[in-house]
Amino acid sequence: MTGSRRRPGSMLLLLMLAACVQAPSFMRPASEPAHRIAVLGWWLIAIATIVFVVVMVLLLVPLMHRRQEIAHADVHGGGGERMILIGGALIPAIILIAVFLFSLPTLSATITPSSRPRYTIEVSGHQWWWEVTYHTADPSFRVTTANEIHIPVGEDIGVRVNSRDVAHSFWVPELQGKIDLIPGQTNTFWLRADKPGIYRGQCAEYCGMQHAHMGVVVVAQSAAQYADWLRGQEAPVTAPRTTDDSLGAQAFQRGACSLCHTIRGTDAHGVLGPDLTHVGSRLTLAAGMIPNTRGHLQGWIANAQGVKPGVAMPTLYLDATSLQALAAYLESLR
Amino acid sequence: MASIAARLDEEWRTPHSLYGELSTVDHKKIGKRYLVTAFVFLIIGGLEAALMRAQLIGPNERWLSPDQYNQLFTMHGTTMIFWYASPVLSGFSNYLWPLMLGSRDMAFPRVNALSYWTFLFSGLFLYTSLFLGQMPDRGWFAYAPLTELQYSPALNMDFYALGLLFLTISTTIGAINFVATAFSVRAPGMSINRLPIFIWSTLTTSFSMIFALPALSVACVYLWFDRRLGMHFFDPAQGGSAMLWQHLFWVFGHPWVYIIVLPAMGIASMVIPTFCRRPIAGYTYVALATVSTGVLGFGVWVHHMFATGLPPLSMTFFSGASMTIVIPSAVSLFAWLATLWGSKPVIRTPMLFMLGFICLFVIGGLSGVATAVVPYDWQLTDTYFIVAHIHYVLIGINLFPVIGGLYYWFPKMTGRMLDERLGRWNFWVMFIGMNVGFFPMHIAGLLGMPRRIYTYDGSMGWNTVNLVTSLGAYLFAIGVLMFVWNVIKSRVRGAIAAGNPWDASTLEWSTSSPPPEYNFEVIPTVRSRDPLWEDRLEPPEQSSLREGPTLTDGRLTVQSAPLDADRVRLLHMSEDTLLPLIVALVMLALFYALLFRIWGLALAAAVMLGVATAWWLWPQHPEHGEG
Repeated sequence: MTGSRRRPGSMLLLLMLAACVQAPSFMRPASEPAHRIAVLGWWLIAIATIVFVVVMVLLLVPLMHRRQEIAHADVHGGGGERMILIGGALIPAIILIAVFLFSLPTLSATITPSSRPRYTIEVSGHQWWWEVTYHTADPSFRVTTANEIHIPVGEDIGVRVNSRDVAHSFWVPELQGKIDLIPGQTNTFWLRADKPGIYRGQCAEYCGMQHAHMGVVVVAQSAAQYADWLRGQEAPVTAPRTTDDSLGAQAFQRGACSLCHTIRGTDAHGVLGPDLTHVGSRLTLAAGMIPNTRGHLQGWIANAQGVKPGVAMPTLYLDATSLQALAAYLESLR
Repeated sequence: MASIAARLDEEWRTPHSLYGELSTVDHKKIGKRYLVTAFVFLIIGGLEAALMRAQLIGPNERWLSPDQYNQLFTMHGTTMIFWYASPVLSGFSNYLWPLMLGSRDMAFPRVNALSYWTFLFSGLFLYTSLFLGQMPDRGWFAYAPLTELQYSPALNMDFYALGLLFLTISTTIGAINFVATAFSVRAPGMSINRLPIFIWSTLTTSFSMIFALPALSVACVYLWFDRRLGMHFFDPAQGGSAMLWQHLFWVFGHPWVYIIVLPAMGIASMVIPTFCRRPIAGYTYVALATVSTGVLGFGVWVHHMFATGLPPLSMTFFSGASMTIVIPSAVSLFAWLATLWGSKPVIRTPMLFMLGFICLFVIGGLSGVATAVVPYDWQLTDTYFIVAHIHYVLIGINLFPVIGGLYYWFPKMTGRMLDERLGRWNFWVMFIGMNVGFFPMHIAGLLGMPRRIYTYDGSMGWNTVNLVTSLGAYLFAIGVLMFVWNVIKSRVRGAIAAGNPWDASTLEWSTSSPPPEYNFEVIPTVRSRDPLWEDRLEPPEQSSLREGPTLTDGRLTVQSAPLDADRVRLLHMSEDTLLPLIVALVMLALFYALLFRIWGLALAAAVMLGVATAWWLWPQHPEHGEG
C-alpha cells in the first residue's frame, strides 16, 4: 500500500502550492546561484538609483534660474566641455568598468557549478509542456515525467535542455536564470535549491498560443524524500485494484489515450503527450495550469480545448461513466 | 525681389489638384505626410496596446482569446517599431533637411516620393491581414521555427515577412537619399563642422540603415522561402538553424534601436540650445558621440541572446561592448546638461518635453546597463523588466522628443502655433501617465512575470502592479490624444506664427512660416553654425542670407562639395511626376501576388517594375545630370 502511504504527503504539497501566493521573485532567491545574481542585482539597482538622483539634481538645479521671454533675448556661447568630459565620459567609464569587473565572478560562479554534478536530468520543451527525464542506477532505464521536477536540497543538479518543436526557455526565478531550449541544439545548465520548497517556473520564450500556460514546478526536498520519490517513479504501474480503476484502464487502452500517452507496465506507449505512469502523484495538470484534483482531471479529459485552447490534446467524447472511471484510474497512478 | 519670388513660385509650385497632390515631389509635403501617416500608425498601435492592457488589468481575464492577444502584441510591436518610430523621424528629416541645409529639395526628390508611397503601401499591405483575421502572431521578433509553415500554416507570417520586406525597400531608398543629400546638396559654406546636430544624427542612422537592413531583408526572404518554396533555412529538423534567424534579426535589430532613437536625440540637441539661449555645449563631442553610437550599435546584438547557451567568453565580449556604448550616450546627456548649466533657460512646451525626455532617457539607459550584465540578464531577459526598459527607451527617447519637436516645428510647418496652455497639460498628463504606467513593469519583471503572456493567475502576486500599469497606460493614452486634439485645434485656430517664433539659430527659421515651395529665394551662404544668431555671437565671418544665387531658370539648387561645401555646380531637380506612385503601386501588386501566390500576376508586376525603372532612369536633363 505504498500508494496510499504517500498520498497524505502529496496532498500536503498540493496545499503548499495552493497557498503559494508569493510572486516567484528572483530578488528573493532560494539557491546559492540565484542569491549571487540577486546580490548583483541589488548593487545595480543601488548604483542606478544614485546615478539617477545625481543626474536629476544636475537637470533641475539650472532650472531655478529661468527667464520668461524668449524673443531677442541675448545669446552667449561656449563653455561646458569640461563638464561633458568628466560627467559624460570619465565617471561613466569608471562606473562601467567597475560594474563589468564586478559581474565577472558572478558570471563564472553561476554559469557552471563548482563541482561536477552527481545527478543530471534532461528537460525537453514541447508546445506547451515540459518533459523531464531522470537517469537511474540502471543506465538503460530512464524515468520520464512531466511539468514537475524533483531535486534534492543542497545538491548541484546538471540539466541538459533541448526542444522537440519551437524555442522555449526554462526559468525558475528563485533558483536560477534562464536557459533557452532551442530545437537542434542541447544546452547545458544547472539547478540548485538550498531551501526545501516548491518553486514555480514558467516558459520565458514566446512559443505560441499557450505560452502563458507552460508552467513547471520544482519540488526541492531532502535527499531521503527525493530518493523515495524517485524509487516510486521508477516502479511500473500495478494492476488496477478496484472495478472503477479497471474500467478506467480499459477506457484508456480502448480510447485514443494510448496513442499519445505512455503508462509504463501497460500497452500504452504513445510519445506525443506526457508520460502518465505516475500522473496521480503530480501536483498540477496542463503544465501548471490547474491543480491535480479529481474534478479538474475530469474537466481536462472531457474538454482540454476549453481549458487550454490550442493544446494538442483533443476533445474526447466520453460518456459519464467512462469519464469518471478514467479519472479514477489516472488518479490511482501514484 | 518680388519678380524673383514670382518666377521661383512658377517653377516650384505644385498645382492644387488631385494630380498635383499625387505627383508632388516637394520634400515638405512628403515630410508632413510621413508625420501624419506615422501618427496614424502610432494610434493604431496604441489601440492594440489598450486592448492588451484591458486583458491584463486583472488576473485570469479571458475576454481576448489567446490567439487574439498574440496577434495584438505582435502587431503592437511591429507597428510601433517599424511603421511608427522610424517613419516619424523620416518625416522630420524629410521636412527639415533641405531647410536646415539651405537647399531647395532633397538630392533625389522622386526617390523621396517613392520612399513615402512604399512606406504607406507596405503599411496598408500589413493591415490587410486584419480584414482576413490573420494578423502576424509570432511576435515582432518572430523567432524561428515558430514562424515556419509547420507551426503557422495560415497567411499571418507571410504578411509579416513580405510586409517587412516591402518596408525595407522604402527605408533603404530613403536612407540612400539622406546620405546623398547630406553630402551633396548643402548651401555653400555649410561645411561638415557646421552641420546642425540633427543632420549628424539622421546621417548616422541613414548609414546604419544601409548596413543593418540587408540582414532583415535576407531574414524575411529566407523565411518566406521556407514557408512557401519549401526551403529549410530556419528548420532544424531539416538541417537549418533556429539560431540563424536570431543572429540575422538582432544584427539588424540592435542597430535599429539606435536608428529610432538617435534622430530623436538630435531633435533634443536642436530644441534645448534654442531655449537655453546658447549653442549646444561640446558640439564636436556630440557629433562624435552620435557617429560612434551608430558604429558601436553594430557590435552589441548578442546581448539579446545571453540565454541561448553561447560560450562565456563570447558573452563577456558582448557585455563589455554593450557597456561601452553607454559612454557616447552619457556624453550626449552631459552635453544637454552642460548647455542647461551655462544658461538661463526659457521653459515652453517643447522644452518641457525635452526635460521629460532627459529624465526618461536616464531611466531607460540605466535599466539598459542592468541588461548588459550577463548573469543579471539571465534573470531579466524576457520579463516585464525588459518591457519597461524598451518602453522607457522608445517612448522616452523617441515619442517625447518627437512630440516636443512637433511643438517646436509645428509653427514652421503650418504657420500656426500649437496651444501653449494645452501643451503644458499635454506634457504633464503624458509624463505622469508614462511613469505610472511603465515604471511598475520593472517591478512586475523582478516579481518574475514573463513577457508575452495573454493572462496570468491571481496566485502569482502580479495583480497590483498590472492594475497600476493598465491605469497609467490609459492616462498616458489620454495625454497622446490631447496632443492630437491640440494639433487639430491649432491647425484651424492657432495663433499665427512668425518666421522665427522661438528666435532659434538655424537656417530653417530664416524662411517664412510655412516656407515657400522653393524654400529659399536666395541660396544662403553659411559662415557659422548659428547663422541667425550671428548678430549676437559675432563669429569672425558673417553668413549671407539675403544675397546670393537665386537660380530662377528651372528647378535648380546648388550642389556642393562633400566636406567643406564649396559651391560646385548647379543641380537640376526633378519635376512633379506620377512615376513614384506608379512604381509603388506596381510593387504593391507584386507583394499581393507573392502573398496569394498568384505567380502570373507576380511575373507581370515584375516586368512592369522593370519597365517603370527604365522610364524612371531615362535622362531628362542630359546636359546637367539628373536630380
